[in-house]
Amino acid sequence: MRFLSLIAAALCWLAAVPAIGQTAGEIVAQNRDQIARPSRQTIGPVIAALAASGDPMADDILSAWADKRLVIRKSDDVLLLSAPEGDDLALTALDGTAAGNTAPSEVTALRPNAGVRGLIATALVQFTLSDPDPAKRRAALASIAQDPKAEALEPLRAAIDGEDDPALKAQKQRLERLLTLRFDPDSAARVAAISSFGSDLGLDLRGALNPMVATSRIASATPPDANVARELRPGRDLTEAEAYDLLVDANLAPARLTLEVQRAALLANLKDGAVGGVPVAELNTQAARDRAYTALEASGVVPVAATDDEAAAALATARFYEVYAEPDRAVTDAAKAALGRIGTTVGAMQTADLALDGLSLASIYFLAAIGLAITFGVMGVINMAHGEFITIGAYTGYVVQLYIPNYTASILIALPLAFVITFAAGVALERLVIRHLYKRPLETLLATFGVSIALQQALKNIFGTQARPLTSPAWLDGAWVLNAVVSISYIRIAIFVLALAFLGFFLWLMKRTRLGLEVRAVTQNPGMAASMGINPDRINVLTFGIGSGIAGIAGVAIGLFAKVTSELGTDYIVQSFMTVVVGGVGSIWGTLAGATMIGGLQKVIEFFNPSNTLAAQTYMILFIILFIQFRPRGIIALRGRAAGD
Amino acid sequence: MRAILQPRHRSALVFLAGLALFTLCVTVAAHFGLVSTSFVKTLGKTLCLCLAALAMDLIWGYAGILSLGHMAFFALGGYMIGMWLMYARTEEIVIASLLNGGLPATPEEISQGIATQIFGVVGASDLPAIWGFAHSLPLQLTLVVALPGLLALVFGWLAFRSRVTGVYLSILTQAMTLALALYLFQNDSGLRGNNGLSGLQNLPGVTAGQDTVSVWFFWASALALALAYVALHSIVSGKFGSVIRAIRDDEARVRFLGYSVESYKLFAFTLTAVICALAGALYYPQAGIVNPAELAPIASIYLAVWAAIGGRGRLYGAVIGAAVVSLLSSWFTGGRVPSIPLGFATINWVDWWQVLLGLTFVLVTLFAPKGIGGLFDRLAGVHAPDRKGAPLGPDDGSLQEKEAQE
Repeated sequence: MRFLSLIAAALCWLAAVPAIGQTAGEIVAQNRDQIARPSRQTIGPVIAALAASGDPMADDILSAWADKRLVIRKSDDVLLLSAPEGDDLALTALDGTAAGNTAPSEVTALRPNAGVRGLIATALVQFTLSDPDPAKRRAALASIAQDPKAEALEPLRAAIDGEDDPALKAQKQRLERLLTLRFDPDSAARVAAISSFGSDLGLDLRGALNPMVATSRIASATPPDANVARELRPGRDLTEAEAYDLLVDANLAPARLTLEVQRAALLANLKDGAVGGVPVAELNTQAARDRAYTALEASGVVPVAATDDEAAAALATARFYEVYAEPDRAVTDAAKAALGRIGTTVGAMQTADLALDGLSLASIYFLAAIGLAITFGVMGVINMAHGEFITIGAYTGYVVQLYIPNYTASILIALPLAFVITFAAGVALERLVIRHLYKRPLETLLATFGVSIALQQALKNIFGTQARPLTSPAWLDGAWVLNAVVSISYIRIAIFVLALAFLGFFLWLMKRTRLGLEVRAVTQNPGMAASMGINPDRINVLTFGIGSGIAGIAGVAIGLFAKVTSELGTDYIVQSFMTVVVGGVGSIWGTLAGATMIGGLQKVIEFFNPSNTLAAQTYMILFIILFIQFRPRGIIALRGRAAGD
Repeated sequence: MRAILQPRHRSALVFLAGLALFTLCVTVAAHFGLVSTSFVKTLGKTLCLCLAALAMDLIWGYAGILSLGHMAFFALGGYMIGMWLMYARTEEIVIASLLNGGLPATPEEISQGIATQIFGVVGASDLPAIWGFAHSLPLQLTLVVALPGLLALVFGWLAFRSRVTGVYLSILTQAMTLALALYLFQNDSGLRGNNGLSGLQNLPGVTAGQDTVSVWFFWASALALALAYVALHSIVSGKFGSVIRAIRDDEARVRFLGYSVESYKLFAFTLTAVICALAGALYYPQAGIVNPAELAPIASIYLAVWAAIGGRGRLYGAVIGAAVVSLLSSWFTGGRVPSIPLGFATINWVDWWQVLLGLTFVLVTLFAPKGIGGLFDRLAGVHAPDRKGAPLGPDDGSLQEKEAQE
């Protein structure tokens, strides 16, 4: 049947050989029957002839045909183009002259099937690739890039020279090389196309190259007639079970007896409470079942299954290969080399991307932890409610957005407002609770924990358990994309800038102001500072307030990209503690070092185990516990009261 | 006999008598159906929590180490006993279902069936290596003690060796329990990820109903609490107790006197971890399910809260604190407490109980650092010297003032 249709196709092709100068109308007239009842196998030459005719109407005819707008007028049986116009159809003759209007019932539309429409669409590509409208050309390129086909190669090559838009021309040339390396019949041209890319990072290139080096495993008694990547040794490159399965797939060995099949066979041959002479009650070990099955084999009621010895013998005689799907050796070698080059570049870029990710996480941890570190340094207390202050900051942003719909303005208002609110909360906490517990640091830990659970539950009762939106302004949407590998979202850049700003602010505050001087004095020796006329009470309140205020600002920043729930702060608090512990208390540079280390480490571990962020956190905490062994006082250890001894 | 009746043992005798009386009352009430099975279970679980709080009191109240990770050992104990309970129970079910298949089951089929039953929920069908002992009750019971003990030993050795103290140590223990919880949350941790181990209330090979089993567990919990109380009381009233209290009050001074401070701390840390693990092994068969959420840092902080509210540095204080707070907590969160209408809003205790607990906790820390146990001091006429807030010694973290007596 297929042979017949091939002959038919050849005949049609002969009939439809395009005479130069033939108009599209003439070609259609010649092949009228074919066009009226097209078949996917035979219509190809007709479409090709139309596309190659050079008649400007060919484009219209083909697209009308594909859109089911090519109609036969019932009255005179003439093929016409139609376009809906109100309730009627506007008709056009095949040479482009108008042919009046008619009601839809007066014509029969040609309805080519999906296969034929696909052929037409491919033929149309060359028209759209040279379409005067650049948007259409771009769309055509995108559709080819999305679904590359060998047929698109010729039209694409033909469309390059006529292109006057330089950007589109570059796109066309790139796409042409991508198609060449996959579909060109000439091996040398493909290799040249592959090497022309160098270590290009494009995903499209990797998408084109990867299928070429894809391999499959086969078993074969003789060296196979294929592009062999390497020979596999059972036991070393693949397990013996896998190797035997390959043998079974290649029909070189009988399938092994599975336990289920054996069980079913035994059950089927159960007679008088025994199978093959073995009583059923004894069949509770594998050895007994094997004996029963062997007895059944001997009597010939079940098929003979391969024994372990036979399987081993079969494995010893057969050989196993990994073969490329791509038959051309030169191409696979070139593709492998290109992928190797790309891999190196991608590796470097991924390192850069990882560094950016780590940096952005570090700035978040820095913002979340700096307040904690300062209060711990000055007062020797850990504020367990710090996480709830972060949450309060995020909810402040949410509430502000309820009243101020402009996102930019609302964020600009929310940042200072969050600072004020959490500053006040911090001062209240210090005055009401912590002041009374200065001599009992462990109890401060617990008292602030009491505040923490009360605050968290109160926030949950007020704002509900579902996540509240805190939307970033439109200019913070999207990401800064350097290339296919390296990109970073603008929100994270903004947080990085915010963290830098606060780093600068704190350095200025501590090193250049009177308050900073007093804070450092109290950190080092509160008793001595007090006798020098510094009021430690005032310093304590101020540092605690500022530390809490920063938590509020960190809350707004975190809320921009995380879910705002009452547990927001809890998610960051343990990491903040870790940052303080690793960095060393009371030191801005220490906190920075700690945040960088924890953020970077978390990203690196996540990179090695991307599917499992839980494991990443586990390993990070384990690392920190070990790190404390070597630097018990953190990276930058302070002397004085904060050092604890 | 006379040695037992010394005044310093009086609190232990009173406690044991009270516990015995309580156990008797509950047993009689359960026998005549006056209390529900679930309430007996709640009481049994509370006794286990009291046992954990007792351990917390030793490590914090006596040794001065505020561990925020002891519930990790509690949950690990639960996991260890849960593995055997789940394995043995599933084995019964699998054997019963394989019997219907026509052929008697082979050992391979049984273990395959068990693995599929247990690990189907996390998409695995092989029994992980850590379940290698799960078929045997004695081995798994050894693990209940050995695994948390070993973990505490290694962690404590690392921490104490590098002289991590005070708030640092608290945060480090918190990190430990968080790391463990996050690890167990993974599906490929071999302990069913966040599903945890379930169905632990069904004892394999026991046909008695839950009403009987709950009383058995109640007795076992009470017995464990009594034994641990006696053991810990004898420890803290002996020389060891003096040394760890001294370490709490001034670690450097004890070290200069020639004591190996690290060994004492390590012993206390490991011992309390083992007690917590035993408590957990008794708790989770009554709770029926153990999952990684039980290891969340907040659970361990609650343990500290119980000890603090009950009163640190006295064993009965921790027990009272755990019992009062956890029973109140289940009463409030059970929704049986009437809401308070305020006109503009209604205080629904299910929602606001945590707020109340948090604030109460702050108030207790501020105004009653001795906790509920302080009431007994007042009854017994024990008063602390009034030093107008001046410390007794050099260490900020110590509690000497609260223990000093006139």
